[in-house]
Amino acid sequence: MAVGHAEGPGQNLLLTRLEDVISWARSNSLWPLTFGTSCCAIEMMMASGASHHDLARFGAEVTRPSPRQADLLIVAGTIVKRMAQPLRTLYEQMPEPRYVIATGACVISGGPFIYHSYSSLRGVDDVIPVDVYVPGCPPRPEGLFYGILTLQRMIRERAGLKHPEERRAPVTAALPEGITKQEIQAEMLELFEAQGRRNVHEEYRRTVSDPGAKGAYPGRGERG
Amino acid sequence: MSDWLEDFIAGKEGAELLADDRPRSLLLPLPALIGSMQALKAQGFDMLNDHMAVDNPEGEHIRLLWLLCSTESGELLRVCCDLPRQQPVAPSLNALWPVAEWQEREVYDLFGVLYSGHPDLRRLFLEDDWEGWPLRKDYEDSFILEPGKP
Repeated sequence: MAVGHAEGPGQNLLLTRLEDVISWARSNSLWPLTFGTSCCAIEMMMASGASHHDLARFGAEVTRPSPRQADLLIVAGTIVKRMAQPLRTLYEQMPEPRYVIATGACVISGGPFIYHSYSSLRGVDDVIPVDVYVPGCPPRPEGLFYGILTLQRMIRERAGLKHPEERRAPVTAALPEGITKQEIQAEMLELFEAQGRRNVHEEYRRTVSDPGAKGAYPGRGERG
Repeated sequence: MSDWLEDFIAGKEGAELLADDRPRSLLLPLPALIGSMQALKAQGFDMLNDHMAVDNPEGEHIRLLWLLCSTESGELLRVCCDLPRQQPVAPSLNALWPVAEWQEREVYDLFGVLYSGHPDLRRLFLEDDWEGWPLRKDYEDSFILEPGKP
């Protein structure tokens, strides 16, 4: 944001452009539409509602059930042909300026349904223009956050101001540079251990290898 | 547990137990279907869990499957019935289990099986103007992408 100071005796002034203030405010109060069609939506709920991944930190946690009140459409989950038209209607009902984040392999390219499917769309950008793509199957909450941060940066740089019938080059968001999956896993494990939670993955592995062991899951023999 | 089912099919021509299946599976000839289903419901299989179909082009038939459940004992039973692929017409079980109405609409939608006596046989998931039955093995349309083909 271009900011200038004007200081003199008895006054403190902050000079900037009105557009900068508007896009700064707009980027920090994105209201997503409550829209999800499959597993990516579960991950989105993890990101927006659950502890550890508090979407409110980025000002985008106020999910609205009506497209009239939302300005961010997070397409989370496979879109089939029959869903395409309601999705387009939802998008057109949203007030301008409106932004779209496509999360997950299905929405980006068709994902696991790219071949042999009679119903799944191969990329939601056939139906609505997409601003940010977040790859993953589904993406981790950190991935979605990085997508939202990317969108916020675009809005602040006013790359997100739309002109009718004009499509910009989409942006792909992945894990931030320098952070690896192993680091995230180690951090989660540390958190779990610090809180005395049970590591169900480890227990499951143990019960599969040793059916007699007591754990979170009954061994195959016990289930009958 | 095995005895009553063998007794049940003893008098029915063309009925057989399908081996190596769990829950236990029963193959019924088409004419005996309604009567047997009524008898099974009276015997305690009071819930229709699911209704499915499998297309078998080599065998020239479509196999219908019903998964019955007894809410009292928790026992499951799978009932199968083969229909000729050229003329797949089955009796509707809507009168026995009302839930069959939508399950049969789904099978009609995806396999093109016709149900005689069904009150409202329309497509369920696909658009009303869809042509063809997409879960049949020989289904083709211009939308489907195959690997290696442009």
